[in-house]
Amino acid sequence: MLRKSLTALAASAVFALSAGAAAAQELTIFWAEWDPANYLQELVNEYEKETGVKVTVETTPWSDFQTKAFAEFNAKGSAYDLVVGDSQWLGAASEGGHYVDLTDFVKKNNVLEKMAPATVKFYSEYPGNSGKYWSIPAEGDAVGWSYRKDWFEDPKEMEAFKAKYGYDLAPPKTWKELLDIAEFFNRPDQKRYGVAIYTQNQYDGLAMGVENAIFSYGGELGDYSTYKVDGIINSEKNVTALEAYRKLFAYTPPGWTNAFFAENNQAITEGLAAMSMNYFAFFPSLLNESTNPHAKNTGFFPNPAGPDGDQFAALGGQGISIVSYSENQEEAFKFLEWFIRDDVQQKWADLGGYTCSAAVLQSEKFQNATPYNKAFYETMFKVKDFWAVPEYAELLQQLNQRIYPYVVNGEGSAKEALDSLAADWKATFQKYGR
Amino acid sequence: MATTTMTTLDPQSRAARRGMSDIAIRNLFIIPTILFLIVFNIFPLLYSLGYSFTDFRASTNAPANFVGLQNYRELLADPYIWNNFTVTAKYVIVSVAGQVFVGFGVAMLLNRSIPFKGLITTLLLLPMMLSMAVVGLFWKLLYDPSWGVINYLLGLGDFEWLGDPDVALYAVAITDIWMWSPFVMLLSLAGLSAVPKHLYEAAAIDRAGPIYTFFRITLPLVLPILMIAIIFRTMEAFKTFDLAYILSTQPTTEVISIRLYKMAFQEWQTGRSCALAYIVLIMVLGVTNIYVKYLNKVKER
Repeated sequence: MLRKSLTALAASAVFALSAGAAAAQELTIFWAEWDPANYLQELVNEYEKETGVKVTVETTPWSDFQTKAFAEFNAKGSAYDLVVGDSQWLGAASEGGHYVDLTDFVKKNNVLEKMAPATVKFYSEYPGNSGKYWSIPAEGDAVGWSYRKDWFEDPKEMEAFKAKYGYDLAPPKTWKELLDIAEFFNRPDQKRYGVAIYTQNQYDGLAMGVENAIFSYGGELGDYSTYKVDGIINSEKNVTALEAYRKLFAYTPPGWTNAFFAENNQAITEGLAAMSMNYFAFFPSLLNESTNPHAKNTGFFPNPAGPDGDQFAALGGQGISIVSYSENQEEAFKFLEWFIRDDVQQKWADLGGYTCSAAVLQSEKFQNATPYNKAFYETMFKVKDFWAVPEYAELLQQLNQRIYPYVVNGEGSAKEALDSLAADWKATFQKYGR
Repeated sequence: MATTTMTTLDPQSRAARRGMSDIAIRNLFIIPTILFLIVFNIFPLLYSLGYSFTDFRASTNAPANFVGLQNYRELLADPYIWNNFTVTAKYVIVSVAGQVFVGFGVAMLLNRSIPFKGLITTLLLLPMMLSMAVVGLFWKLLYDPSWGVINYLLGLGDFEWLGDPDVALYAVAITDIWMWSPFVMLLSLAGLSAVPKHLYEAAAIDRAGPIYTFFRITLPLVLPILMIAIIFRTMEAFKTFDLAYILSTQPTTEVISIRLYKMAFQEWQTGRSCALAYIVLIMVLGVTNIYVKYLNKVKER
């Protein structure tokens, strides 16, 4: 009896040891909880089939993605080997020593040629133009627009619109047209509203929304190499852009004061708004008839141009980075080599991921795969992003404090809001010695 | 002295048979608790006090630099922080006053023999048992101007409860009142049922009116226990985070704990947020002290 239990004990010890060895053949990727993370899990299952290395995509809701990721980094935890992190994190994560430097990997594997240039610039490089890279572009994303095709193509509406504005009703090509159409469809008595825009001031919602106006009006947030903001963030162009955003807010559904991606998709699915701003990553559910009763009547267009013909959009999306505290860095490098392969990127796109691979993006097959892929392709070559410095969250908070009362509550003027913001940002950059 | 007042062990008990002394048993119970408190409460408290005098940021690996009182100075000079404190004070007053009014009122109604009293009391306690986040999410739906039930029932059209900067804080307070009035009710009921019946009989014989009876008999006797409910609710209201965070993003509803959360876990300004946490702690201590002093006075009467 004793011998039997000893044998059992020895067997289980051997098993435990071998399990310990097998654990090295596992990778954990951390991302936010949304559809693309599920697509990524499907994709990495292929990696397991090829190599036997099990890869798990761990997720957490968007609202605490940043907090949870940085809490883990700050504790130097090895729970995650790779993280699909937001572009704004680059500064904090690279200067804090949380990401592994991927510069050599990027150069050796020709990532610069393989991925669309804007994606490498914003998802991987920090500081700007330094030639240092910290991630591989994984999920490309930017803000685009969805609209109600049936409202736009209704002959009566088209006639009335032409009579009022003197041109044909069609998806807007300029911000002026966007404002006209929003005003035209805004009919509170019929419970129909012109437009849904981002207004949430808890993190980066409002900033991402306002950026679409600022960048297309030809404005900038500041000089990203010299950190000069005065005269740039509060330029004439930005004042006009912010006034346009405030005008758009007047055509939003009632109570649109805390809106981000979920609410803006709801504006379309509930038949509340004619047009809705959102990240491309959230568009697949608008084409799904089980989640959107108006799926058949939903169309898409890229962020319109400003008065001088500039056309840009706010960048979303994430790159994939190796966490410096990971105990499986070698395996993680191997995984990245696999991930950037052309056939894998094609598969990633087929599953529903927004690939950044230049070859896949440019292919006819990709552009015709969904009604929004073409708009996505066009947008990804004209995107701009928020500051990626380590103190970006403070800059965001200051933007929220200054801009929200003007846009949502109509307090003060656009000029006053932006002047105060310029002063806040200047002080913050001074504080951090930039 | 604790040791002298402690009753001696029953010689028949199992502990006594194992040869454990009173002191050994006392230590067995108290030392783990004290250790737990030191490790998880006292140590972080002191450690964060140290951080509050530095420019430490947990998100970087840079060492913390001593900056003296700079964090405190800058925080107390920041008009946005003062706005957060004003919002919090308003919220505490409205929400606690509302809960006492509703909770005590309902307790008065229930403090008589009515059919199904037990069932009604249990049902009234339900809101308190829900999670804050759940309550926040469904009240957000109830308040929604486009499809919310509240505007529909009250015929308010598309009135923006959570979007209107002047109303949003009251909307959040109403939700809190709905959720926590049952707590005040429960404690008030306990207090009310302890009021000796003969006092009311005596008052009736003396032909005292209902208002006189309430202010001279009911309220003074229930006040000590009601004060405990008020202390609990004030402390909780001061710390409110979930409800306000979920329901509205208006600057007029940004209570101090929301600002603290953003500073600590979005901006990772660890040093400065420790300083802010200390300012909040001192305020809560001050307020509770006043209450406790008053409570003791009430008890003496």
